[in-house]
Amino acid sequence: MGISVSNISKSYKDLKALQNISFEVKPNELFGLIGPDGAGKTTLFRILTTLLIANEGEATVAGLDVLKDFKEIRKYVGYMPGRFSLYQDLTVEENLNFFATIFGTSIEENYELIKDIYVQIEPFKDRRAGKLSGGMKQKLALSCALIHKPKVLFLDEPTTGVDPVSRKEFWEMLKRLQQKGITILVSTPYMDEAALCDRIALIQDGEILQIDTPENIVKQYPKTIYDVSANNMYQLINSLKAYQHKHSVYPFGEFVHYTDTRSDFNPKELKTYLEAQNLSNISIERTQATIEDSFMELAK
Amino acid sequence: MNNTNVIQAEGLTKMFGDFTAVNAITFEVKKGEIFGFLGANGAGKTTAIKMLIGISNPTSGQAHVAGFDVSTQAEDIKKNIGYMSQKFALYDDLTVKENITFFGGIYGLTKIKIKEKTKELIEDLGLEEVANQLVGSLPLGWKQKISFSVALLHEPKIVFLDEPTGGVDPITRRQFWEMIYRASHQGTTIFVTTHYMDEAEYCDRVSIMVNGKIEALDTPKELKKQFQVDSMNDVFLKLARG
Repeated sequence: MGISVSNISKSYKDLKALQNISFEVKPNELFGLIGPDGAGKTTLFRILTTLLIANEGEATVAGLDVLKDFKEIRKYVGYMPGRFSLYQDLTVEENLNFFATIFGTSIEENYELIKDIYVQIEPFKDRRAGKLSGGMKQKLALSCALIHKPKVLFLDEPTTGVDPVSRKEFWEMLKRLQQKGITILVSTPYMDEAALCDRIALIQDGEILQIDTPENIVKQYPKTIYDVSANNMYQLINSLKAYQHKHSVYPFGEFVHYTDTRSDFNPKELKTYLEAQNLSNISIERTQATIEDSFMELAK
Repeated sequence: MNNTNVIQAEGLTKMFGDFTAVNAITFEVKKGEIFGFLGANGAGKTTAIKMLIGISNPTSGQAHVAGFDVSTQAEDIKKNIGYMSQKFALYDDLTVKENITFFGGIYGLTKIKIKEKTKELIEDLGLEEVANQLVGSLPLGWKQKISFSVALLHEPKIVFLDEPTGGVDPITRRQFWEMIYRASHQGTTIFVTTHYMDEAEYCDRVSIMVNGKIEALDTPKELKKQFQVDSMNDVFLKLARG
């Protein structure tokens, strides 16, 4: 009851939104599609939820073909689009009732599945959806996407614009849904969320850069990364970029992530160079690669 | 960074009826500092910023921004600040050059100055090839960089950035932070609001608002030490979840 995507391409006029995309999501997997805005994530979601037809390639969802079986698929998938798409003028409860009725079920029948999520917004069940906060809208949208007990759940950037507390709660909810046997495909531009998925595909400009578990992707990073810091960030970046042996120089919060072209790199040498550039309080320490480092190395 | 305060707020408070949205916040931001202003949805950030940029009057307390009083000199403040957000950036139906001319005009720059700034900006960002193309046809990362440069057109003392790099690819994102570091190095104060704690990691100092009050204010390094965690995300969760 997973997802299978094989050689899918989609263009809008001259723009190649998806280029020959293939991957498999195993039954009951929590699979992340990680990439920036414009990578093609939403196009892929729309193809898999039968709302858009690909130019080339094939895909199945829960064993059903997205073209031939489009009507059937819609019974088995839940879709939470990136843009809030519920009825703003209906109340929380009316929205949920509406979606339950459309799918020929009732809130009571499937309450068990949404209970965890819905109890948090139930106190506001008479409030119009348009008047909810971002975090509450997200919970209502998820409840509506789940009310017909889908086998496969599609979540397009569910955490965009949501604060860290609501984000954390949201990912905890996803884990619980997974435990109930639902297959989940979730997209996000936020690389730190990648670690919360079983497997991920890194996607940019309509192409998949790599597919693996987050741990393996980070493990395969080819270089040793150093956290470099000094008294002046702007001058530090410029100096590192001008260093003849640099492989990559990327600001990373309070540090700069530096990699060297040489295999016998000696940090002391770099320190001497930076001191000669009038930098002080220099610190150079080995650090672990993150998904973002891997993404940048692959996209280079 | 030097010791001139570009923002100075003392007991800044805003009430809506019985509800205290911003509860006596006191803080200062220095010239050239990259300052992160964080808080959960509904913590009072937006209300606080509205007071700082002179579009909402404080109920009590006071604040000076770029040397002007927010209550009595709001118009002067507006001339001395820049603003950039994901939601509103540039006009898609205007070309790069037209956007620069438009915003230059809005900020009251002379025609000669606009011409000079246009040339400078286009050269700086390497946009010669696309200067006459509609902004809507450009990749998001480019738009973000242009819109940051446009926010700096009138050489403001402070730029307010709202989730400046959300959704942008990681490489462009770094280029964007490098632009921010450069502006800061040249003395422009950068005031960042964001929900993304990895953006907070780039700031010199960070404040976190909870229920209308500033509950933490320090460098990311010190805050992580203080809360004994590895990331700003965990600092935030500890504070906001209590």
